[in-house]
Amino acid sequence: MKTLEELKAVREKMEKEVSLRTHGGASSKYEKHVLVCGGTGCTSSGSAKVIEKLKAEFAEKGLTDKIQIVKTGCFGLCALGPIMIVYPEGTFYSRVNVDEIHRIVDEHLIGGKPVKEFLYDETVNGDEIKSLDETAFYKKQHRVALRNCGVINPECIDEYIGRQGYQALGKVLTSMSQDDVIKTILDSGLRGRGGGGFPTGMKWKLAKNIVPNADMKYVCCNADEGDPGAFMDRSVLEGDPHVVLEAMTIAGYAIGAKQGYIYVRAEYPIAVERLKIAIGQAREKGMLGKNIFGTDFSFDIDLRLGAGAFVCGEETALMTSIEGNRGEPRPRPPFPAEKGLFQKPTILNNVETYANIPQIIINGSEWFASMGTEKSKGTKVFALGGKINNTGLVEVPMGTTLREVIEEIGGGIPKGKKFKAAQTGGPSGGCIPAEHFDIPIDYDNLISIGSMMGSGGLIVMDEDNCMVDIAKFFLEFTVDESCGKCAPCRIGTKRLYEILDRITKGKGELEDLDRLEELCYHIKANSLCGLGQTAPNPVLSTLRYFRDEYIAHVVDKRCPAGVCKDLLHFEIMRDKCIGCGMCARQCPASAISKTDYIAPGKKLPAMAIDTSKCVKCGACIETCKFKAIIKK
Amino acid sequence: MGSAKATVPFSGTPEQEAKLLEVIAEKQNEKGALMPILQKAQEIYGYLPIEVQTIISDKTGVPLEKIYGIVTFYAQFSLNPKGKYKVSVCLGTACYVKGSGDIYNKIQEKLGIQGGECTPDGKFSLEACRCIGACGLAPVLTVNEDVYGRLTVDDVDTILAKYSD
Repeated sequence: MKTLEELKAVREKMEKEVSLRTHGGASSKYEKHVLVCGGTGCTSSGSAKVIEKLKAEFAEKGLTDKIQIVKTGCFGLCALGPIMIVYPEGTFYSRVNVDEIHRIVDEHLIGGKPVKEFLYDETVNGDEIKSLDETAFYKKQHRVALRNCGVINPECIDEYIGRQGYQALGKVLTSMSQDDVIKTILDSGLRGRGGGGFPTGMKWKLAKNIVPNADMKYVCCNADEGDPGAFMDRSVLEGDPHVVLEAMTIAGYAIGAKQGYIYVRAEYPIAVERLKIAIGQAREKGMLGKNIFGTDFSFDIDLRLGAGAFVCGEETALMTSIEGNRGEPRPRPPFPAEKGLFQKPTILNNVETYANIPQIIINGSEWFASMGTEKSKGTKVFALGGKINNTGLVEVPMGTTLREVIEEIGGGIPKGKKFKAAQTGGPSGGCIPAEHFDIPIDYDNLISIGSMMGSGGLIVMDEDNCMVDIAKFFLEFTVDESCGKCAPCRIGTKRLYEILDRITKGKGELEDLDRLEELCYHIKANSLCGLGQTAPNPVLSTLRYFRDEYIAHVVDKRCPAGVCKDLLHFEIMRDKCIGCGMCARQCPASAISKTDYIAPGKKLPAMAIDTSKCVKCGACIETCKFKAIIKK
Repeated sequence: MGSAKATVPFSGTPEQEAKLLEVIAEKQNEKGALMPILQKAQEIYGYLPIEVQTIISDKTGVPLEKIYGIVTFYAQFSLNPKGKYKVSVCLGTACYVKGSGDIYNKIQEKLGIQGGECTPDGKFSLEACRCIGACGLAPVLTVNEDVYGRLTVDDVDTILAKYSD
């Protein structure tokens, strides 16, 4: 494609097809579209088999020309996978069972009556079947970055074009100057979605102007999503890879770069594959390569795979890694805008940041700035995980409260347990207690309560999670992932971990809490890069909000949540024990044996645990049907 | 990060070496080619023993100590061969708060090895991995390409039993 007209022709043709999935009932050449999620979550729960089975059924029953099967990216509700949606109705099947697909084909696709028992509960209300958009999970969401995820086939560039794809690039190259583009992004108020929250337009402006007449500049995409529990970038790459390519090309034009690199985690094989396909298609259609849209602007993108180092999510470490070295960060300044990749001016943005760019160009900066709070504009994608009913991806306007996200969209805590904390920002963030449930989520509010936005992982914890153990878990992570270049991080995190480990083993003392705090501030102030500067956050925030739990561990030698094994002991309540002996058979340490005591009303002697032999594995508790064993 | 020194003797074939040389020749002139070469080399040999690192050093002119430094820096590179079945348990936050730590311990106990090790018969190797992004299915483990989700400790026996050949 060399002209806007050619792009428009493809768009008009494809718009009809894909709008069947968004507005219902347009003139697709197929009667129905069946969308099956091909994201990592659903693939793990077997969606590939669902597609295979559907194809076989369609071939057998002559539906192949009437109904289109589309493998899409993530719908967001990963807990319910594999997921399948039938359009134009929008009926939502969850946890699809391959052996039951013939019923969906016969009764629904042929017979016209959805099979209610396989539908997502929330969409069924008596005789009425709601579409997905009307469920509590989707209603409050506002999808900008995820607008194509779960809607288009990510391996088909034409479907992307049918959803306004490459329109923004066309507009930029044919009617905007470099400064126009940068001004639009600046005015929109878009801030980096990877964690830091630095204004994106500012980054671009610096990279364009700071080194006059630079012979080479680079545009990089940080897709090294390392925060455990965060998977929004992966979902964008899997569900809408072209949006990233388009946005990077726009960035390349704005700053005057010819080459882009996407640094993506090797742990995301599906995302890598889709990116390869997308790059191939974009080159073929002339959206990447020489003289894009017939202008004198040329740009190309290559992939670089990460190799499992968390620190490579830090911008200078990422560039060092692309250069083929140990991924260690460099001191700043010089900032990457001046000396970045291969010592040339470079911008690095995160996947979700890029996913917003084309829409900002098409709809204007005012449209984007109308969403969100005063200092944080637009929407944010969160990966809900942990102890929450609707695990998955949600995108909400900035300023939505934690309560809305967890209780309304997330559907609350399973098994009626009590909410204890929400962890945001991964190993760099903190734990937010229930008292801050109504604070509007944005960059600045989260920092003021001792956490941070991070990339958007949001892990919910309930009364069964021990906060000291969680702090220790994160420190174990940072000790492991610290690159070792600077002493405050390399040695400091190790010492923090040791103190926490001591506390969870019942060997802590009250002074340890002060030692922790002091050490935390030293590490924060003196580390070279963001990893070390934020590594103490999980400790500081749990100390701030859950000090009573630390004190219980240190003073009372007790773990209130019942997690820290060294502080637990198991006991059989002899009056509840019927003496069946199941526990003794399960015990791997042979620590349970019969006593002489027979409880009133029971026939057999009660069992007892020899605490000197007990390894505290908890196998006995799981086996006992009579709830006669407790841990305390 | 990285792993201890290999104890298994190196048994690379001439075919593997030819393939590696081809990869080096193809990528050598790209900017920052070392990482992609090492990744391909690990694909070819399954791991990166010192013998393979030496070939890469000789052909690219990059000092061996630099290559060794890179190999031991990244978690993905291994100095030891892996088992026929690579069991990896996700210890990312979402899985951890849902009890993947217990599952990891149970597998260590069951296989009689620690994380990062391989059973003496070469059948199973075990490692803890960071988030694989299937948080909706937490807790999760993978055996080679197969993903098992929504696990409890009791599922461990059944899963390992599937790989009995």
